[in-house]
Amino acid sequence: MTAARATGVAVVVLLLAFLTVPSLVVIVVSFNPTAIMAFPPHGLSLRWYENALTYPQFQRAAVNSLIVTAAATLLALPIGTAAALALVRHRVAAHAVWAAALLSPVVVPGVAAGLGFLILAAGLGLLASRWVLIAVHAILVLPFVIRSVSVSVANLDPALERAAASLGARPSRVFRRVTLPLLRPGLAAAALFAVIVSVNEFVVSLFVSTRVTEILPVAMFTYVVNYTDPTMAALSTFFIAATFVAVFAAERWLGLARVFGLEGHARGGPSR
Amino acid sequence: MSAGKRVVALEGVRKAYGETVAMDGVDLAIDEGELLTLLGPSGCGKTTTLNVIAGFVVPDAGHVRIDGAEVTDRPAWQRGLGVVFQSYALFPHMSVADNVAFGLRERGVGRAEAGDRVREALALVRLQGVADRRPAQLSGGQQQRVALARALVIRPRVLLLDEPLAALDRKLREEMRAELKEIQRAVGTTTVFVTHDQHEALGLSDRVAVMCHGRIEQLGTPEDVYERPATAFVADFVGASSALTARATSGDLVEICGARIAVRLDRMLHTGETVRLLIRPERVALGSAGPNTIPARVSGVMYLGDHSEVRLELVDGTRLLASVRGRAAVSAGERVVAHLPEDAFLETR
Repeated sequence: MTAARATGVAVVVLLLAFLTVPSLVVIVVSFNPTAIMAFPPHGLSLRWYENALTYPQFQRAAVNSLIVTAAATLLALPIGTAAALALVRHRVAAHAVWAAALLSPVVVPGVAAGLGFLILAAGLGLLASRWVLIAVHAILVLPFVIRSVSVSVANLDPALERAAASLGARPSRVFRRVTLPLLRPGLAAAALFAVIVSVNEFVVSLFVSTRVTEILPVAMFTYVVNYTDPTMAALSTFFIAATFVAVFAAERWLGLARVFGLEGHARGGPSR
Repeated sequence: MSAGKRVVALEGVRKAYGETVAMDGVDLAIDEGELLTLLGPSGCGKTTTLNVIAGFVVPDAGHVRIDGAEVTDRPAWQRGLGVVFQSYALFPHMSVADNVAFGLRERGVGRAEAGDRVREALALVRLQGVADRRPAQLSGGQQQRVALARALVIRPRVLLLDEPLAALDRKLREEMRAELKEIQRAVGTTTVFVTHDQHEALGLSDRVAVMCHGRIEQLGTPEDVYERPATAFVADFVGASSALTARATSGDLVEICGARIAVRLDRMLHTGETVRLLIRPERVALGSAGPNTIPARVSGVMYLGDHSEVRLELVDGTRLLASVRGRAAVSAGERVVAHLPEDAFLETR
């Protein structure tokens, strides 16, 4: 092995370490038998996993997370698909304004957005409502949905829809039999993005959550403020594992490169 | 083509995209069973015309009639026409059989009957044993056949073909051209064919509509369009031609560039009038001095296998194109004499 090649390998190893070590530390710390986050741990124990799974506020927050993420995703998918079709396909008046407005949640700082939603929700008297949280999450994931679906829409030959129409399919049938099936890779990617973004959303959610409606990241934050035991590390390990499985599944069944628009055309359905 | 029953009629159809006028008052009548070609360069409005007939594009003004009924505002899905697209537009997520059955399912045709008709249609386009494959697994020529079968299986009132052969390589294109003509004759469906290829237009059509700048320049049989082009554009687009300015010295005698040339036109000329004449390159012969000849200089020679193209320049700089069989015996710079037969001239506007 030449010196240059050895240096190259070392750089790659360091980079990989830089990216993965924080996660690894969290995972290792989660097995601590004592109530402090010691590294390296003084033994092996699953007691903090037990604590994470049985802590009532975590259980409630997990259910909240599930409801909010599912509802927000189901809300953002049709809206985002409609927006993607309109922005890519049709000559929309004030196109740039629409595009900027729909994609703005990505660039507005979470604290500013959170404060805005808080004031709005308070004004409407909806502070305690779970719907505020759902609406906020739908808005925050919308740019990701639009972006993913747009890639599929751009790859969709308009002649396909014309062909279906010429064969006697009314617009709703064209959408169901041709447009929708061909957008499936984009929709699947959009759903994945929406779930990941929503499950991990913390800053804005902190502003519009109550103790009853708060989602898991907010509950975790509250816990960390009050306690310093490795329960947090155990829960984080669950998060890491879940995200890993989701991304792995997406790569396996959807082909991430394809749904990100990094490679060729997204036509041809999700199966390989 | 005798005037049969009128199937499609366009009356004063206009369509503009912003500043660009794609159709500038198009009148067109298509008769039962005929194959009519819309021929023209890109941007001439031929595809827009097809899209207006199909119902994909709503015209700004004018009327579209099918079998006498006003359909101008009727959407494509209610028109019952078959369309074959340049990109074939096969549904990539469906098998070949499901692609062909698409229109039958939309019409509520029963499973058993649909199966029979799909097999029939695939047999008609000579495509068997691929019913279960996906379009992506087929060659370009096979995809083309599926697209044709899918359009024909619904027994369309009119078959619309948008440059269906353009994506095929030359050899396959020529085979498909012949086959397309056979199939169209066999099913007898009234057909509108869009192309920019004059050979396709002349070889396939009962009638050709030559389009330019959103207008129909000439509508006629392939012979009409080639032998008797109505305008200089038609003469130039359908086969090459050279334009010559001539001054009449008697009823059938003109002077071109100082040379006395006898012409046989549809009318007698008035002495002293200036006429625009066209001549096809294959009618220009290179030879020795004699009657109806004109001196010229060879400005270039291009060998094209079965024939050579000789570019000539008359003494006043007028260009004249000659086509000779095989390899031309002249070379650039040489002085030659071009023979222009008296019956070779066409007069244009």
